[in-house]
Amino acid sequence: MSANPQHTPYHPRWYRAPMPIFWWVRRWIHARFILRELTSIFVAGYALVYLLQLRALGMGPEAYGRFLELLQSPLSISLHGISLVFVMYHSITWFNLAPRALSLRLGGRRVPDKVIAGLNFAAWAGMSAALLWVTLTG
Amino acid sequence: MAVESLAGNVSETPATGQTVTLEVFRYRPEEETEPVYQAYEVPVHKDWVVLDALNHIKDHLDGTLSYRWSCRMGVCGSCGMMVNGDARLTCATFVESLLPGPIRVEPLENFPVVRDLVIEMTDFMEKLESVKPWIIRDEEKPLEDGEYLQTPAQLADFEQFSMCINCLLCYAACPVYGLEPGFTGPAVIALAQRYNLDSRDQGAGERNAVLDTDEGIWQCTLVGECSEVCPKDVDPAAAIQRYKVSSTLQWYRNLLMPWSSK
Repeated sequence: MSANPQHTPYHPRWYRAPMPIFWWVRRWIHARFILRELTSIFVAGYALVYLLQLRALGMGPEAYGRFLELLQSPLSISLHGISLVFVMYHSITWFNLAPRALSLRLGGRRVPDKVIAGLNFAAWAGMSAALLWVTLTG
Repeated sequence: MAVESLAGNVSETPATGQTVTLEVFRYRPEEETEPVYQAYEVPVHKDWVVLDALNHIKDHLDGTLSYRWSCRMGVCGSCGMMVNGDARLTCATFVESLLPGPIRVEPLENFPVVRDLVIEMTDFMEKLESVKPWIIRDEEKPLEDGEYLQTPAQLADFEQFSMCINCLLCYAACPVYGLEPGFTGPAVIALAQRYNLDSRDQGAGERNAVLDTDEGIWQCTLVGECSEVCPKDVDPAAAIQRYKVSSTLQWYRNLLMPWSSK
């Protein structure tokens, strides 16, 4: 093989295809992945709102009242609506991925993926229901 | 003679009378600096795979086309290419499923192209070697003590990851590897797990030095596409996520019980 004199001079001249900035729009699965990554901004934003709410609570009833008023503005409500959609998307895709990270064995058999994802979803629904109950009755 | 009769057998499968256009990626470093696409009109035979169509081009239309293949039965892992943008084994991708065409055939993405459909895989081979994909023992037991025994349950722990044929489809499908060429990558991590999870192996610590790093498992952002394209259902994405979980547990264990670290 190495007797071919033509080969050596061209050997380093490999072609390297550049990766375009918008590589992720070409395929739906990649777009879906970038969308999931983007949801983290909204998750972080929501956490920030909570921290600010705690801060307002610490500053006294008047400050907390002003904060609650701010939360009721149309802008705040629409932002919360958008965040809810993204956080839901984040949670659902996350729970669907849980079986990828978790390999449980019971009685020598692997627990099926659907069961692992299902338990996550059940825990989510249970906690949401408990929270709703505390909020509505409390 | 043997090759001729083999090619003869393939073209004897019933032709449907149809033809399909293959748009094949051509890169001839002595002729061009940028790749071009060359169209070939290929007859459609029932049960032909894309590799058969490429072989038809090579045998009858254009002998200068370069590509890798060997076994034609999904075992050797040589014939991986991008078919209509998807990383596929061309020996397992039926032409009929892609009609009416055209069918675009390109070399695997994320690798340098040597020529036409042939990619350079030294990077992968070096990374594979770096995780020591073999059974490591602290101390080999003498031959007369017999073999290392393993139960079927212990085999089941890693068997899935041992199915990897190094076809590199997962690397072509991984945008992280495309963006960060230093990333160890799906197949190598899955193969490292194959040995880490083997009850006979004691080399997990040595492999950790390579894998529990940013360029090892932590660069993975779980796109999950590696597992989608894997022709052997190895599920490298799962291997990496499980590695992350066990590595995190180990980190906490060392933090809370520093005296127990091995």
